[in-house]
Amino acid sequence: MVNEKSFAPWDDPDARPLIRFERVTKRFGDFTAIDDLTLDIYEREFFALLGPSGCGKTTMMRMLAGFEEPSEGQILLSGRDIAHVPPNKRAVNMMFQSYALFPHLSVWDNIAFGLRREGKPKEQIEARVQEMLRLTRLEKFARRKPHQISGGQRQRVALARSLAKAPKLLLLDEPLGALDRKLREETQFELMDIQEKTGTTFVIVTHDQEEAMTVASRVAVMDEGRIVQVATPDVIYEAPTSVYVADFIGDVNLIRGTARARDAGPAPEPDAAAPEAVDPVPGAAAPLPQPEGRRPQPNAMGKWLHDRVLYRILGRRPDEPRQLPPPEPARAPAQPAPAPAATPEIPPGGIEIRWSEDTPPLIAANGDPALDGKPVVLALRPEKLGIARERPAAANLLQGKVIDIGYLGNISTYHVELPDGTMVKAQITNTRRVSRRDITWEDEVWLSFSPTAGVVLEE
Amino acid sequence: MTRFSWFNVTSLTLGFAFLYLPMVILVIYSFNASQLVTVWAGFSTRWYGELFRNEEFLDAAWVTVQVAFYSSTIATVLGTMAAHVMVRGGRFRGRTLFSGMIYAPLVMPEVITGLSLLLLFIGIGMDRGVVTVVLAHTTFSMCYVSVVVSSRLVAFDRSLEEAALDLGASPFDAFRLVTLPIIAPAVISGWLLAFTLSLDDLVIASFTTGPGATTLPIKIFSAVRLGVSPEINALSTLLIGIVTVGVVTTSLVTKRAAVQRAREEQAAQRAT
Ligand SMILES: Nc1ncnc2c1ncn2[C@@H]1O[C@H](COP(=O)(O)OP(=O)(O)O)[C@@H](O)[C@H]1O
Ligand SMILES: [Mg+2]
Repeated sequence: MVNEKSFAPWDDPDARPLIRFERVTKRFGDFTAIDDLTLDIYEREFFALLGPSGCGKTTMMRMLAGFEEPSEGQILLSGRDIAHVPPNKRAVNMMFQSYALFPHLSVWDNIAFGLRREGKPKEQIEARVQEMLRLTRLEKFARRKPHQISGGQRQRVALARSLAKAPKLLLLDEPLGALDRKLREETQFELMDIQEKTGTTFVIVTHDQEEAMTVASRVAVMDEGRIVQVATPDVIYEAPTSVYVADFIGDVNLIRGTARARDAGPAPEPDAAAPEAVDPVPGAAAPLPQPEGRRPQPNAMGKWLHDRVLYRILGRRPDEPRQLPPPEPARAPAQPAPAPAATPEIPPGGIEIRWSEDTPPLIAANGDPALDGKPVVLALRPEKLGIARERPAAANLLQGKVIDIGYLGNISTYHVELPDGTMVKAQITNTRRVSRRDITWEDEVWLSFSPTAGVVLEE
Repeated sequence: MTRFSWFNVTSLTLGFAFLYLPMVILVIYSFNASQLVTVWAGFSTRWYGELFRNEEFLDAAWVTVQVAFYSSTIATVLGTMAAHVMVRGGRFRGRTLFSGMIYAPLVMPEVITGLSLLLLFIGIGMDRGVVTVVLAHTTFSMCYVSVVVSSRLVAFDRSLEEAALDLGASPFDAFRLVTLPIIAPAVISGWLLAFTLSLDDLVIASFTTGPGATTLPIKIFSAVRLGVSPEINALSTLLIGIVTVGVVTTSLVTKRAAVQRAREEQAAQRAT
């Protein structure tokens, strides 16, 4: 999601961060949970920490809340080192991963708990609790105990309780983990709404990349106690700086090959003359990772039974890959291509990537020519690929057979096998009814993408 | 449904007979009209009346209740604090040793506990009386309380305390306002346990008692040495009644409360 309003304090050299992690390391015994991490978070940000389980997200939150002290380095809140400030003296509140509602107190008393500790006058406390109840739409449940309300309501109580003291900084540790999808999406928008209304800085932990993309002004992708990339969601998605980030965020095709710098002058013919013999580079045509392999598979007996007998009654297994028959030996190695249409404009410069002996190199006009000769990975989002039965006019073409079609309602994902066995995914919006779509299993298709569709990453 | 076999019925009968026959006999003979303990001479509540006119027994009963109340209250405070430190206090050197040492009096022979306390009181020149018995009972019942409370604390979600701190409560407030109300059933059962332990302690009380601090068990024991009187039977019957009512109601109440709390707590911790 692009930030329409130009809220980007991270680009402003004069902006002072609300939180600064300065070379923070946290060890538990011999284990390093946070490894020399430096990070700035600005006021009014909705900052997301994203990463696989165990990468240190909760540990970072606990250091901010004051439950853990960094082993090395400093954490500054508004420029002040908070290492020795106990949790009850910090203007930071946390919404716990487990909600941690007080079971013996009513919703009202849960929300009032923090306000009462400040010793505020009674009327002020009452007014504030009412306001919080209204904000989280819990007025009707004020007198109930936590076990008498639903999961979604509990989550809102936890949120109201942590917001009640109007903290400078609100920490949310996987706040929506336990909610079902619909409630989760609703709550995400609610959170964004509340964040905007209250102007509080939010730091949210999640392992769900969609959630991070939806709510956050910036996302930090973490791996094993380090931050791999910090950027706005659109940059993280469109311009990941590493294979790890590209692979972690959303679906991606990774094509490994060797970079060659292209002429910066007028564009050459895309595949002029005969393709010269490419010196084989180790790992040049490494097979793509196949994310489909993880589903539970029937055993041999079950498969045999299903394929021989039961499919007549039950239909095909939904996840059954539509296998092609083995290629007949007589088949020509390369299909004679239909007459190419007019060659499209290809911007000069960038690199081309040689990845397979039988196919022309792929052009990445946005690649850095300095990568010349290095092994690189072209990361291509499935939705950036076009799929057609006729050879289209495009800078980059891949030919293959449709092996599988994943129908997701609004979109379809085509799994296409290239002649060398690599699988490439292309995602198409279903504007037409399924019955009328013209590409089906085992069709020979052309995949096309523009010279700037992919992102070139160093291995 | 499983049917009771001949064997099961027999062992059940034998077991319960073994446990309760002596008590049943005692209760029956407390209503005996005769002065002689072993000769039945018809039903009477005479000995109960005599009992309530016996100043010595009444004094001893009052001392016992006072001792039990004070010692169990002090033991509950100290035992709960010890349990909290042991379960929550984080790591420190010798922690295992310390927690082991808290439980040691549990297995220490009472005679040794009593004797060592007696030596201590003599050593520091403390006059023996109600205070020394209270201190002695506190010492040994504290570890029972701490066992009961720490087993509850282990199951207690730490993040509740952290949430309280996070919302600005001091560590003491977090304990008072969040931890204590939630572990209250365990604390109450700890108190009741300490109270009963103190009520029926003979050995340690005998070592540490002094003039004017004769507890009921000591009184009964010395009276019986002069011969069992029907009055003692009546007294014992009353004690059995009190203990039974107490144990049954507390176990019902604490069990219900514990189940209720566990459910609430679980519900409060996770959605759906
Ligand atoms: N108190 C602790 N003692 C020892 N190891 C810990 C402690 N807290 C966290 N860790 C370890 O630190 C790593 C990061 O944990 P955490 O921050 O909870 O990960 P995340 O929230 O990203 O899933 C994990 O490998 C975890 O086992
Ligand atoms: Mg976590």
